[in-house]
Amino acid sequence: MTIKEVEQQVIDDFAIFTDWMDKYEYLIELGKNVPVISDKAKLESNLIKGCQSRVWLDAEIKDGKIFFSADSDAIITKGIISLLIRVFSGRTPQEILQANLDFITEIGLQENLSPTRANGLLSMIKQIKAYAIAYLAKEESSK
Amino acid sequence: MSSICDIRNFFPALDQTVNGKKLVYLDNAATSQKPVSVIKLVDKMNSGVNGNIHRAVHELSAKTTALYESARDKVQYFINASRREEIVFTAGATASINMVAFGFAQKILKPGNIVLISGGEHHSNIVPWQMACERTGATLRVLPLDNNGCWRMDLLDSLLDSNVKIVSVAHISNVLGIINPIEKIIEKAHSMNIPVLIDGAQGIVHSKVDVQKLDCDFYAFSGHKIYAPTGTGVLYGKYDWLEKLPPFMGGGDMIESVSFAKTTYAAPPLKFEAGTPNFIGVAALGVALDFISQIDSTQVHKNEEEIVKYILKELSSIDGLILYGNSKNKIPLFSFTVKGVHPTDLAMLMDKMGVALRSGQMCSEPVMERFGTESMLRASFAVYNTIEEAGIFIQSLKRAITMLS
Repeated sequence: MTIKEVEQQVIDDFAIFTDWMDKYEYLIELGKNVPVISDKAKLESNLIKGCQSRVWLDAEIKDGKIFFSADSDAIITKGIISLLIRVFSGRTPQEILQANLDFITEIGLQENLSPTRANGLLSMIKQIKAYAIAYLAKEESSK
Repeated sequence: MSSICDIRNFFPALDQTVNGKKLVYLDNAATSQKPVSVIKLVDKMNSGVNGNIHRAVHELSAKTTALYESARDKVQYFINASRREEIVFTAGATASINMVAFGFAQKILKPGNIVLISGGEHHSNIVPWQMACERTGATLRVLPLDNNGCWRMDLLDSLLDSNVKIVSVAHISNVLGIINPIEKIIEKAHSMNIPVLIDGAQGIVHSKVDVQKLDCDFYAFSGHKIYAPTGTGVLYGKYDWLEKLPPFMGGGDMIESVSFAKTTYAAPPLKFEAGTPNFIGVAALGVALDFISQIDSTQVHKNEEEIVKYILKELSSIDGLILYGNSKNKIPLFSFTVKGVHPTDLAMLMDKMGVALRSGQMCSEPVMERFGTESMLRASFAVYNTIEEAGIFIQSLKRAITMLS
C-alpha cells in the first residue's frame, strides 16, 4: 500500500464520526491501545519538548526503510502519533519526503499541528522528515 | 447593573458557540473579554477621533490627548494614588516590572545586593530581576512557599537584611489564586527602608487596591485582564521613586530638551512614556475602569464567594484531583492536576465541550517545580461568570476524566 492509500484508510476510519467527542474518544482509544515506544528508547535524546506535552521519537533503519516509534505523556497526542506512525513508519526516505499531511486536515485534526499548540507534534513531523533527509544524504554519500 | 446576567449582556464575546457548544470562558487570568463601552470607544477613535497625543494643536490631537490624560485621572482615582503624575502608562504589567528592574539595575543595585521575590511568581516578575542581577552582580533571593502555596512568612525575618534593595512580589499568584499578605511584607520591608513592588496583574482584578493604604512603592498591572484592550498597562510609582529612576526607553515625548550635546528628560510620568503610546488603548482602559466602578461590587463579591465554595466542594470530591493553592483568601482561580491524566488532554476535551481553560506551565515553571508537576490545568473566573457555568465546568471535567481514565 502507498502512503496515499494508508492516508485514505485513516480518512475512511474517521468518516463515521459526526461528533467531536466520538472522534476524540477514538483517538483516546488509539492512544491507550498502541504501545508505541520501548522504555529504553524513551531517552532524553529522543525527547521533543513542547510546552504542553512531551513527545519521544525513535527511528530505526532496516532494508532502506525507516521505522518509527514514538510516545507522549498526553494520551490524545499519543493517539495522533499512532496515526502518524501508521502513515510514515516502514517507508523509504523518498516516500516520507514526498508525503504531505492533507489527511490530518481531512479528519479535522489540523489544529493539533498548529505551532501555537506547542504539543510537540509539529516538531515530531519535522523530525521525521529530518531523519529521512539525513538518511538520504548518507545513502548518497556512500554511493 | 445588578445581577451577573445583566453584567454578561455587556460582553458580546461571551455570547458565542465554540465547537458547537455554548462558550464557557474560564481563562480570565490569561485575558478577559471586553465590555461594549470599551469596544465602542476603540472603534470610535479608530473611525475618527484619532490624532497623536501631546503634539499638535489640531482638534483631533486635542481630543485624544484629553481622553488619554483623563484615563490617567481615572487610574489615579481607581487605585487611590495621591498624584496623577504617579501613574505611568505602559504596554502591560510585564513592561511595568521591566521598567523598574531596569531602573534599579542602572541606579541602585550593586554587587552583593539582593532582590527578594517569592516562590509563587510569574516569569514576568522573575526574569526582569534576573536580568538586572546579571547586569549588576546582585543576586535573587526567594521567599519559599509552604505546601498550601502560601508564603513562608516565618522565614521573612531571616531573608530580609540590609543587602536587600527591593522586594518584588505578586499580590495574587496567577497559579495559586491566593491573596498574599502583601500588607505584612510591605510593613516589614519598610521598617528596614526597603522598597516594595507589587505585581498586581491578578490583584487589580480581584481586590480593591488602595496604593496609599498599602503604601507600596510600585504597583504594576495590565489593562487586558481588567476588561481593557491588550497592550495597555500601568506602573504606579511613588513620585520620589519615579523621579529617581532613569527612563527605560528614549525618544518621543519623554524629553524636556534635546541637543546633540545633552538631552534632559521630562518629569514623570512622561519620562517613562517614550514614543507614541497606545493612546487608544489607554483611553479605553479609562472606560474599562468606569465600567468596573459601575458594577455592583457586593453582588460580584457574593457571586465569587458562591463559586469558590461550590468549586472547592466539587473538586474535593473528584478522585485523584490535587488542587494547588489552599487558603481561605482564595479568588475564583483553580489550578489542579488529576492523577494519571495529562492536563493537556483534559483541556482539549473540555475545549470540545465549549469550556475554555488554560493548561501547561502558565508562565510559572518554578511554581510547577515546587509542586512536582510538569503542568497544571487552570480555571479562572471573572465578574461575568455565573454559578451555572461553574456547574458546566464541573460536569465537563468529570466527563473528560471518565473518557481519559
